[in-house]
Amino acid sequence: MDADLIVQILFAAIKTGTPLLFIALGEVICEKSGVLNLGQEGMMLMGAVVGFLAAYGSGNMGFGIIAAMVMGSIMSLIFAVLVLHIGANQVATGLALTIFGTGLSAFIGADFVGQTIQGFQPIAIPLLSDIPYVGQILFSHDILVYFSFFMTALLVYVVNKTRIGLTLKAVGENPHAANAIGIKVLRVRYLAVMFGGAMAGTAGAYMSLVYTPMWVEGMTAGRGWIALALVVFASWRVGRIMLGAYLFGLASIMHLVLQGLGWSISPNLLAMLPYVATVVVMVIIGADHFKEKLLAPRSLGKPFDPRNMA
Amino acid sequence: MKFKSLLVGLGLLAGANAALAEDPLKVGFVYVGPVGDLGWSYEHDLGRKGLEEYFGDKVETTFVENVPEGADAERVITQLAKAGNDLIFTTSFGFMNPTIKVAKRFPNVTFEHATGYKLSKNVGTYVLRTYEGRYVSGTAAGMMTKTDTIGYIGSFPIPEVIRDINSTFMAAKSVNPNVKMKIVWVNSWYDPGKETDAANALMDQGVDVLIQHTDSPAPLIAAEKRGLRAIGQASDMSQFAPEAHMFSVRDNWTPYYINIAKNVMDKTWEPKDYWGGFADEILTIESINPNLPEAVKAKISSTFAAIKSGELKPFTGPIKDNKGNLVVKAGHSMTDVELAQVNWYVEGITDEVPH
Repeated sequence: MDADLIVQILFAAIKTGTPLLFIALGEVICEKSGVLNLGQEGMMLMGAVVGFLAAYGSGNMGFGIIAAMVMGSIMSLIFAVLVLHIGANQVATGLALTIFGTGLSAFIGADFVGQTIQGFQPIAIPLLSDIPYVGQILFSHDILVYFSFFMTALLVYVVNKTRIGLTLKAVGENPHAANAIGIKVLRVRYLAVMFGGAMAGTAGAYMSLVYTPMWVEGMTAGRGWIALALVVFASWRVGRIMLGAYLFGLASIMHLVLQGLGWSISPNLLAMLPYVATVVVMVIIGADHFKEKLLAPRSLGKPFDPRNMA
Repeated sequence: MKFKSLLVGLGLLAGANAALAEDPLKVGFVYVGPVGDLGWSYEHDLGRKGLEEYFGDKVETTFVENVPEGADAERVITQLAKAGNDLIFTTSFGFMNPTIKVAKRFPNVTFEHATGYKLSKNVGTYVLRTYEGRYVSGTAAGMMTKTDTIGYIGSFPIPEVIRDINSTFMAAKSVNPNVKMKIVWVNSWYDPGKETDAANALMDQGVDVLIQHTDSPAPLIAAEKRGLRAIGQASDMSQFAPEAHMFSVRDNWTPYYINIAKNVMDKTWEPKDYWGGFADEILTIESINPNLPEAVKAKISSTFAAIKSGELKPFTGPIKDNKGNLVVKAGHSMTDVELAQVNWYVEGITDEVPH
């Protein structure tokens, strides 16, 4: 392996990790508010199909991304109403959302399978992209990748350094206390869930507009689930999510690279790598129960009803 | 009671017989993918449309798309048979056992299964000689590569794909003795995301001509982005990569479907294991890119013509596998039965066949 090849592999790892980064960023905010949304895959697929249709119909990529974000939020709003207002079980509702989104996206997109559009062109950032190696790996991507950098930085700042972040964490850790000091718990949760939906929609748009500029049924291929594991992997720290996303990206392209290099390892075995990584991470984190409890938002998955104060 | 139902049955039979003379031949199709995949299933559907065009109101066709291989397929095929179809085409390898099973229960319906090998009283099979197309692809790729490295995106390591890999490589080698081939398996027939990843991984490693044994245009789109070359698979994929596209090897099912429908209509149909290629025009070369060098264009046409006329048979000995064993004796051209069992790589491919 020479330096050029390594640069290209890392470049590809970032591209492959970007959709994971988007969904996981959305999900971590959602979980920090105490809501577990397993509907990532469904929201992502809806984002992918609506984003593609909007971009295909209007010829405007930006419009496609906005449409995908709106669609993702609408999907998450359905979820939010069910679990926050009606108090439905979060796990079951999330799973239902995934199944619903998978089917509905296939139905909506049926007539557009096989159409393609001109995806985003990469933009090399002047000066930064000239840095040897690093410039090629980090600064010669398309605009959505830069947007994911920006969102990561923004969220790290907001969650750790601002009042909004504090409010979010308060709601997730102890909704009753938060409620007592006058925070509108449900409103915060609605916003967090919808932010998660918008990010999942963006991830979907990244798939159908950038990664493979076309729509095909079930094209997200389980990325929504990997993102859920990523949040645990990153132990609910926003910054670590970025690292995790790229590691998973790397794991999922490595088997193709190694095959090309002539390693005679079963491709099936290699294709398992990202999933094995997920399981290993779960085991490592799960081994220390105390730690896991410390890291996870304390009210994660528990409904909150302001009328029924304990 | 029994007598009565017997009478009703007889009446129905008589009615059916009388109607047979005027009723159109009902033909059903089962597709593994969406008709909009612009590859495999899309071409089968074009074949169905071609059948309708040819016979007009003498045939009536229906299709079911996106049928998963396995238990669902059996249900779909049964439904088509129950719905009164006289002839049913099941168009994916994984429909083989469901087709055989359903065929037993509907002895009066004729079944045709694509790419399989199990025949029965009312089941025939049909296979494309895709390796003929691969030979043309390999020849052109061998001439076009500047890095002496061509890439092959494989789906599953089944005999058809391994056979085509060999054909591609032998052809490339015949025009470019230094050529190397990198093979990547994606374990899917249709997964644009993975196909893109595979295409990029290959191009990162110096591949400058891509050949794919998967059905989406994603590898062509990836090659277009990098200014490299690729060859279209199953259908005409030129629109996806105006610069990168060299030509497409297209499956053209119409002649076969017309032929089989005719045989069923005049009751001369027999279960056969049909293999068709360039000579039957069931496989064609389309949309040769004008931006190719003249020498390459000429070579594509002459190779195509030589295979079509039977003058060039890609699998003619002596052929050695990549472990040094002589697998085809000098002067012998492999028979269809032998071709159906290829499980070795030819000499010069440095990989091993995955198990």
